[in-house]
This record gives sequence, C-alpha cells and structure tokens, in this order.
Amino acid sequence: MSTAYEPVIGLEIHVQLGTRTKMFCGCELSFGDPPNTHTCPVCLGMPGTLPTINREAVRLGLMIGMALGGELDDRLVFHRKSYFYPDLPKGYQISQFDRPLVSGGSLGDVRLERVHLEEDAAKLTHLGESGRIGGSTASVVDYNRGGTPLAEIVTRPDIHSAEQASSWLRLLRETLRQLGVSDVNMEEGSLRCDANISIRPVGTDGLGTKTELKNMNSFRFIEQGINAEVARQTRIVQDGGRVEQETLHFDPRSGSITSLRSKEGSHDYRYFPEPDLPPVAVPTELFDLARAAIPELPLDREARYVDVHGLNDESARLLAFRRELGDYYEATVAAAGATPDGEAAPDGVTRPAEPADDPADTRRQIANWIGNDLVRRLTAEDADDDAAGDPQASKVTPQALAALVALVRAKSITRKAGGQVLDALVAEGGEPAAIVERDGLAAIGGGDELRPVVQAALDANPDVVEKLRSGNMKPIGVIVGAVMKETRGRADAGAVTQLAREILGL
Amino acid sequence: MIDRDTVRHVAALSRLELHDDEVEPMARELSAVLGHIETIAELDLDGVAPTTDVVVARSGLRPDEPHVSLTRDAAVDQAPDASDDGFRVPSPQA
Repeated sequence: MSTAYEPVIGLEIHVQLGTRTKMFCGCELSFGDPPNTHTCPVCLGMPGTLPTINREAVRLGLMIGMALGGELDDRLVFHRKSYFYPDLPKGYQISQFDRPLVSGGSLGDVRLERVHLEEDAAKLTHLGESGRIGGSTASVVDYNRGGTPLAEIVTRPDIHSAEQASSWLRLLRETLRQLGVSDVNMEEGSLRCDANISIRPVGTDGLGTKTELKNMNSFRFIEQGINAEVARQTRIVQDGGRVEQETLHFDPRSGSITSLRSKEGSHDYRYFPEPDLPPVAVPTELFDLARAAIPELPLDREARYVDVHGLNDESARLLAFRRELGDYYEATVAAAGATPDGEAAPDGVTRPAEPADDPADTRRQIANWIGNDLVRRLTAEDADDDAAGDPQASKVTPQALAALVALVRAKSITRKAGGQVLDALVAEGGEPAAIVERDGLAAIGGGDELRPVVQAALDANPDVVEKLRSGNMKPIGVIVGAVMKETRGRADAGAVTQLAREILGL
Repeated sequence: MIDRDTVRHVAALSRLELHDDEVEPMARELSAVLGHIETIAELDLDGVAPTTDVVVARSGLRPDEPHVSLTRDAAVDQAPDASDDGFRVPSPQA
C-alpha cells in the first residue's frame, strides 16, 4: 500500500505598482512603447548615478500592508541582491531583505510572510529558433521595464491544492485591483506568480524539499503547473528518489517541466545593505494618506452582503468580487427601496416613495437577476471572466431592473416573461412596464382568462387526463407546458396546476 | 582565509573567467584584504548591535513626477551591439 502525499504550497507574487515613474528614478512607466525610450543613467546602471526612492510606491506598498493586516515598518531599508544577468544592468537588484516594509498579515485563510518593495528587471527577448530560452544564441534587452516599482508578496506555505492556489490568487488580485495599487494584468505581466512547492505524507507536519515554479501568467497555467509539479514530485518520492531543490519552468504547451537556472547553482545573492540609500524614516503623513485611501475590500463586502443584506454565499461572493456588479446591485437595491437600515444608498439613485414590502427578499431577487440573468446576457460567449459585461455600461438602468423585479415579485408577470422583458431591456433599454404593455407579457392571472386555455390543453391530452384522474400527478407538466406554449410563458405554473385540479375535480 | 574553491565560486558568480594560474594569486590577494578587515574583529564588540547606518534620513523620498528620459539613440549609443529592438547580448543560457 502506497503512502498518500499532500502538496504544501507557498506563493510569491510580484505586483507592478501603479505609479507614474520608476522605483528609483523619474523615468515614466510605459507598456508597449518602443524599446529603450524610457531610460536614464540611473535605470541603465551607469557608474556614479544614485537611486532615489519613489514616494508614491511607498504609499502603495503601505496600502497593501494595511489591507492585508500586516505590521508596517516605520523605516525604509534597502539591500542589494546580486546576480549577473542581462536584464539587470547594475549586476544587482535593489530590494528589501531583513526589514521588509510589511511583515505578517493574512488574506482569507492564507497567512502572509511579508511584503517588500523592489525594482523590476528589464525585458529580455531571446532570439533563436525555438523562441524560448533553451537553444537561443542571442538576446535583446529593453530597459523600459527595468526599474518599475514592484511589491513582492510572499505567503506562508498554507496552500494545499492547485485549485486553492488559483482561487486565493483571484482573491488577492481582486483585492489589489480594488485597492487601486496596480492594474493586476497577468497577460501584460503586472501581476506574476511563482509557486514554492513540496509534498509530504498526509497527516504529517514537516516540510519536504521545495522547488520553485516560475512565472505562471494565467490562473489556468498556475493550476496546470502546480498539478504537474506535484505529480512529478510524487512520482520521484514513490520511486524511492529524492526531490532536488531547484528552479523550474512549466511549459503550458507541452505540459512539461524543465530546470531553469541549473547553471547558476543554488541562490547566492550576497545581500548587503544598499550603500547608496541610507535608511529613510517613512513620513507620518504617508501612513495617513495610505490609510485614508483604502476602500471596502472584497472580503469585507462579501461579509456585509451575507450578514446585513441576507444574500447567500454564492451571490455575495460574485457581487463582492466584481466591484462593478456590486455597485450596480447596490444602486438597484436603492432604486427598489430595499437598502438595509443604517446603510447609505449610493449617490445618484432616486429612491422610491415607498420602501419595498419585503426588503430582504427584494435584495435576494435582485442579486439573482443580476448574478444569473443579467450577467449571462451581457457576457459574450467567448469572453473570459475579466471581459464579462459591465451592467453599468449596459442599457439596463438600476431603476429598470428594480421595476422588473417588483413586477415579478408582485406576480404581474411570470419569471419567464421577466426574462423576455430583460432581453428587451438589454437590447433597447426602456421601462419594464411599457415593454410588458407593448409586448403583451402581462401574466394571465385570473381564472377567467386562464381556465379556457387549461381546458383546451386537457381536452387535447386525454391520455394525460386519464393518468391524472388515477392519482398520478407527474404528467401535469405536459399540461403546464401546453398552456405555457399557448400563452407564451405568461401563465403561472402554480395557477395552471390549481385550475387543472379544479376542472378535473381532483 | 580565502581558498581556491571560494575564488572559483566568486569568479563564477561574477561571470569572470580566471585561468588556473590566476587562482592562487587571487586567493592570496583577497585573503590579504579580508585579513586587514579582520583586525576589526579583534575589538570587543559584545553588546554592540551590528550597525550599517547610524543616521536615519528624515526626508529624501522623491515625488512621483516624470523626468525627461534619454532618447533611444543616446541610450544605446555606447553599446557595442544594439538595434531598434534593444541592446543585443549573448544569450545568457548559451
């Protein structure tokens, strides 16, 4: 019988901070500009130049630390991390070592080790047949990116599956996005993730030898890469071998893992204090500015939606993790007069004279309409989750959606007809009541109008009637379906069933 | 004291090519430099925290305002091999 192993995973996330200029010089940040058009003697590593610390990068770093609940250092201490590589013109990277800006903290169920500030390396493009590192003979360097401010966020090894890693990373990305500290675009490299991976027998506490899987630039690759590496380590250990500590590259096209910097041996960065940057006290007002700029974050918003708004976990998470959906939801709730007591309605929303009769149910219905119906209609079929439609940019105003939900709740129209109204709202905007009138979608409520339709459906299905009479109510769906077809969805299924029973004397 | 293996290791980290007959002199010279510094180790420093800086600056953060960068031509002017695509370098893995 073989031992079962579990992965132990820690993540290192590099986030490009959304400043205007670089970490240690005033060159403007750019993405996609011609190579080497944003450089100066400092970021080209010329002798005799001196770095200066970007105040805004420090403020954004403090905001990350505050949002993650870490301990903030009151001074900035930088070190040199030495390694020779063409993407690093000085031969060292200015980073933080024994005094990171932020120590500890957590996000969700993952604890953090630290957050520190450093500068990004330049962009190295390898020329050669393969287009990849191995086998190429020359490279070109673009120093535009070199010196971009980075926050490196390091987690504790609290993650135990590839799926957990990717869902936690989504949470982190959304938190950073809503903080406004970075554009967190993984494709363009403004958020990059490395994973430290080891395995251990299930039920034990120790840490095995870890490998470092570099630079996975999508959530899918992160899951695939971690799963592949866990499988590789498990095979090695089960075959009686030992995992070597090394840096690895995952190739998503082939699914294979290759050793990356084997020639450089183990890390030997020879950190020492950056003599060009004596320690600087963080100005008190910078703490205040950072604190004042922190908005409500996704986890807090999710908790508020569950605890105060009475939404289920799934709706709460969806709305909280996509700020535009949450803002739209709150505007719709306000337009419906269902804002919870003690909570301020968002600006610019006209509240109705009468509050909703059952605010909690109204909020749940609105959350469902947005989360299920509206998002699906606004999302192009092939779009990934980032590009999904923003209802605030659609033709459906919060007032219109609130009115639609009210019509359905009052049974003035059926849920199904409500979907047709929403189709019309998405396509052309307008007011639900007018669309209901124009398209003849009002629910057939009273028995007077519905009874002959039900009667006709029963007459047309004598075999079904026979079963119903014998006590088998299952085929009632056939009758409901026939009535729905006849009324184009305007009948209430419960009312149809009720009428059928009455007519048959059941 | 610096032995030959340490010299070779540091040379590799620094991407320096050392001939075999250079290793021994280099070990001797580096040892002399370190030996000089070891004089300091003779001081009684019990109770003295390691100190790299004695002054903490109260100001010196730079406002996040762009300066004028070099033109591309000026940036690559001194490079032995460059094009519009960037500085050309030998592949680090070759």
